Amino acid sequence: MNNGLIIGQYVPGESIVHRLDPRTKITVIFFFVLIVFLANSVISYSMLVLFALLSTLTTRIPIRFILKGLTPVWFLIVFTFILHLIVTDKGTVLVDIVGFNVYSGALIQGFAISIRFFLLILVTSLLTLTTTPIEITDAIEDMLHPLKKVRFPVHELALMMSISLRFIPTLMQETEKISKAQASRGVDFRTGPLKERMKAIVPLLVPLFVSAFKRAEELAMAMEARGYQGGEGRSKLRELRLGKRDALIYILFIAVVIILLTTRHY
Amino acid sequence: MDITFNHVSYIYQANTPFAHRAIDDLSFHIPSGSFAAVIGHTGSGKSTLIQHLNGLVRPSKGEVTIGNYRLTHNNKPAALKALRSRVGVVFQYPEHQLFEETVRKDIAFGPKNFGVSNDDIDKRVSDMATDVGLSEELLERSPFDLSGGQMRRAAIAGVLAVNPDVLVLDEPTAGLDPRGQQEMMDMFYRLHKQQGLTTVLVTHSMEDAVRYADQVMILNNGTKFMEGKPEDVLTQKQALHSVQLDVPEMVQFLHAFKTTFGKNIPFRRQSAAELASEIRERMKEGDQHE
Repeated sequence: MNNGLIIGQYVPGESIVHRLDPRTKITVIFFFVLIVFLANSVISYSMLVLFALLSTLTTRIPIRFILKGLTPVWFLIVFTFILHLIVTDKGTVLVDIVGFNVYSGALIQGFAISIRFFLLILVTSLLTLTTTPIEITDAIEDMLHPLKKVRFPVHELALMMSISLRFIPTLMQETEKISKAQASRGVDFRTGPLKERMKAIVPLLVPLFVSAFKRAEELAMAMEARGYQGGEGRSKLRELRLGKRDALIYILFIAVVIILLTTRHY
Repeated sequence: MDITFNHVSYIYQANTPFAHRAIDDLSFHIPSGSFAAVIGHTGSGKSTLIQHLNGLVRPSKGEVTIGNYRLTHNNKPAALKALRSRVGVVFQYPEHQLFEETVRKDIAFGPKNFGVSNDDIDKRVSDMATDVGLSEELLERSPFDLSGGQMRRAAIAGVLAVNPDVLVLDEPTAGLDPRGQQEMMDMFYRLHKQQGLTTVLVTHSMEDAVRYADQVMILNNGTKFMEGKPEDVLTQKQALHSVQLDVPEMVQFLHAFKTTFGKNIPFRRQSAAELASEIRERMKEGDQHE
């Protein structure tokens, strides 16, 4: 949609990051998110930033697009930074703004936390930017496979996930369509007192629910008509396969982790 | 109200990798009180064009004028609501916009939003229900209990009840049975004549364009491909084929008639009955010459 937030959006491409096995991406990003919290020295932080930036560059998605998409997040980052400046009182006093002391420790702390925050958001949005929702659910289904032993309905869960992901754009389109139709009939979603605007949601929600239920029913019927009966013995159209590039990424990432662990302060 | 597009372009999601130009440097004019048909293949920019007509979107470039209302990229008329009360849009599958508890309330929804008095609304609701062919007892039912065709009628009545000057129809007959289609189009045409509406019909039915339109515009990839009177535009077989459109059945018939019998009958938007008598006359003449 036009509001600029890119989290959860997929940008098609042919880069090496796009073609990585989704399981690799999820694993690496999962551990990346963990080790971000271990970094505490200049070298360890620069390692992480370097890794994140290099991955971003290799996706060939325009940097400007990514940065613009993170606009709402910038606000949060700046907010945390300022909060740290105010709250922390370690180190020496740097400046004195109207009787308010800004400590050197606060500056460092604020900076570090902002970088962590930025890295987390950047790397996790890289996952969705370069991986189709279907790939993500496939990967999750595969990775949760061991849970089947304890009768956890992995396949059903993955199916539910992929169906809901599949219908997000459809519902968005539907929402836009209906809100336009109702706007043409004089509904004002944007201005007026809050109570009026809340009321304006009703003409949008009712048709949306009606069509969502109708769609669900049709989908269930179509699936049954084509003989769907759950995960048992079902083969896959898209087989996940680990390749050389996945091995390469794992090696690179493990190197990053080792350097990070050796250069951080204890 | 006059409708004028002056070098209008519209780009979806500009400045992103998803940027998509739906309308490209489009200019045209629809005089007040005329019936214009916009024809184009899927994805030709028809739906985007429609959304400009009541200010749902504003042009990325260029200028749209509807009566006294002017829309440009930076200029949004303060009276957007007033514009919407004068331009009624029947979207594709309008039955999806029904939501009220009863059909009566749903038809009244539009006029109520535009501040029409209650007495007036009651009168309009029953007038419009009659016009679209909904019986009085259906008005108290839930719109979700109606049949597909009745839902469509109820939704259309809801748009018409606002009493617009410009009526925009986006494939209003899609998915109806043939008889329902005919009735619906005849109803729109009757209203168009009676109330002196300016009507914009988006369709890919050549037959509808031939039967009702004063003016036809063919869109292709967001640009104007052809424009003119239906009898001039819709007879150009080759040009239409090049944008995946077909000439109306009547024109096809006349072509076939010419190749089989060697007699050229010009297309003047005559009905099937008129054409039949025309052919009879021609045949008689032919007999006398021999």
